Amino acid sequence: MWKRDEAVRPTSGQPATPAAAASTQPVTTPAAVQPDVRRIERDIVNIGKSVVIKGELNGSEDLTIEGHVEGRIELKDHVLTIGPNGKIKAQVFAKAVIVLGEVNGNVTASEKVDIRDGGSVDGDIISPRVAIAEGAHFRGSVDMQRKGAQPGQQKSASSSQPEKEKAQAAASASAQPQAAAH
Amino acid sequence: MALSDLFSRRRKEHAESEVGASDAPVHPTKVLARFIAGLSSRSQPVLLDLGPVVGTNVSFFGEQLGCKIIVEDLSKDIDRHVRDGSLDQLPAFLMKRFPQESSSIDGILCWDVFDYLDKKSAKPLAEQLIRMLRPDGVLLAFFGTAQPQPGSRPEYTRHVVVDKAKLQHRPYAAARQKQRPLPNRDIQLLFEPLRIVEQFLLKTNLREVLFRKPPEKPAASVAPSA
Repeated sequence: MWKRDEAVRPTSGQPATPAAAASTQPVTTPAAVQPDVRRIERDIVNIGKSVVIKGELNGSEDLTIEGHVEGRIELKDHVLTIGPNGKIKAQVFAKAVIVLGEVNGNVTASEKVDIRDGGSVDGDIISPRVAIAEGAHFRGSVDMQRKGAQPGQQKSASSSQPEKEKAQAAASASAQPQAAAH
Repeated sequence: MALSDLFSRRRKEHAESEVGASDAPVHPTKVLARFIAGLSSRSQPVLLDLGPVVGTNVSFFGEQLGCKIIVEDLSKDIDRHVRDGSLDQLPAFLMKRFPQESSSIDGILCWDVFDYLDKKSAKPLAEQLIRMLRPDGVLLAFFGTAQPQPGSRPEYTRHVVVDKAKLQHRPYAAARQKQRPLPNRDIQLLFEPLRIVEQFLLKTNLREVLFRKPPEKPAASVAPSA
């Protein structure tokens, strides 16, 4: 699922075409804006870089934003990708958030937040898993508390399970090349 | 300027400033495991990290402690004051730098930030850290013991946690040299009333210190006796 942005990249530099815009299924319909929203794959919707949305953005499919969004974005069971040209000034709620562009606001994800090289987040992150690449900008706080998990239980479990520690170490090690590559 | 240009420029600047990140040396650390142990009994601790953002560190502490981590990169503030020629204003800036409430932080990772501050700036920073630290909270700090080499290229160190016993030291460009090392007595005085609970002098000329804030005294002991 983390490779979804690869499918999006080729379109990021392309200008939005009226034909493409005509075949869109808008995620929301803000009053003043006719969004240039294109369905580039069956389950991924792309908001082009010329689009400015002010208001609330709700959806039930994966979404890539290359434009500007101000307000609130809610994709509770889906992946939100902020493309390299994306500029977000909003509260973000999603299953997973991948940031290659710029986010100004708090980000809440039920699974993972991934700030890639060149990505920027100014705000607080709440997510059980957070990855921040070395070339990324981040300013704020990270809350990785697992909802529903008792902290005491979690710690005792991790201390009594060396396998889990190894898995965590392996996860850290696997994250290392991403950071070291820059 | 297009945003993509901005990002590519930022990437280029970053690549130039980072020196051999993957080849950076790994050093042992004695105090990190004790810092984590000092927080492990707390539920949902809050950490304050004064170093640059390191993704693997965020993951490490988050997974170890299930904590909230606040990152306040002081090296950027120091560099900005050096570039602006306003180092004399750094003490006043540091007094107002932290919006966090008093006694709201369980653990503070200072890394080696005090090596880059003169005494005038170190004092207000230490005061603010003591203010924010909860009673029984812990503070980790490193202090260099070697004199700075005149003429050497100034650089900060990005401390990347490999595991509880190892840190990778990744140097990156700084605008200010390390200042004169603080003697042990000055370190103690600087952080009073915090108590030094662990202290190690490593072969790398690095002094690792773990401080703990004394627990609050019960109200009954404050009341005057008849």
